[in-house]
Amino acid sequence: MSRERRRGFGCRAQSKDTRETTHVLDETGSVTIAEPTKETRSEEDLDLPWQIVVHNDPVNLMSYVTMVFQRVFGYPREKAERHMLEVHHKGRSILWAGMREPAELYVQQLHGYLLLATLEKVG
Amino acid sequence: MEIWRHNDHIEISELDPFLAELLRQIPASASPDGVRAAEQRLFSSPTIGKEPELCAEWKQYVEPELRRLFQSATETVAADLQQLNGNEKSLANRTLRIPAKHMDAWLSALNQARLVIAAKNNFTETELSDHFRSPIGSRRDLSLFQINFYGFLQEFILRDTKS
Repeated sequence: MSRERRRGFGCRAQSKDTRETTHVLDETGSVTIAEPTKETRSEEDLDLPWQIVVHNDPVNLMSYVTMVFQRVFGYPREKAERHMLEVHHKGRSILWAGMREPAELYVQQLHGYLLLATLEKVG
Repeated sequence: MEIWRHNDHIEISELDPFLAELLRQIPASASPDGVRAAEQRLFSSPTIGKEPELCAEWKQYVEPELRRLFQSATETVAADLQQLNGNEKSLANRTLRIPAKHMDAWLSALNQARLVIAAKNNFTETELSDHFRSPIGSRRDLSLFQINFYGFLQEFILRDTKS
């Protein structure tokens, strides 16, 4: 994914002022008013998690798919094989779930290995 | 044909002209040649018909990078295959050496070729599971043989990669 794209993608900041003032009584008996704080949450924080689904493909070799899962996700061989077999028998397997930007990068890598992979919103 | 694994390369020797020609066809076979089904298989959608904005950005930013990645792999393979240049006679008993550092490029090019051939021929899952179809009596049979031959090479390289 290009750097330009990543910079402006999925990370727009949303700001919100918390206007509630806080009155604090200190040990001298005087009251101080706390300043309103500015709370910043990125769109990523507000985003629903995404999941990466790999779909069955009769052409890709089983051993190749296992190797790709190991390389891309760093999964141990047994876990990679489990997912590969799930893809083979059930037609699809959820490989990973998390925030959108890393999910996109994973899918890009999977496409680089020519696997049929898609992003789906969880829920 | 014999295939051997060495420390820093794989050696394919005693190649007959037919198999040598199939090897030489890897880069060309990996090209979709404007066939929509093949193009769609190499550059598949990142979503299932949803998120049109994401799909549009993917097409604009990711596809060109994937295209470069795939092309780089086929170029590496094409350069290795120059060892097989020559006429039919000079191909007799020719040996092909694939350096270990090129294994990923070979895996990619072989995979591209297999996927493109399968998409162009619209092979069914049953046909693709038939690894022993013979004799080769049609262009379709030849394409299926090509997919299986390239798959055999992939398996051999993968064993090398794992070890």
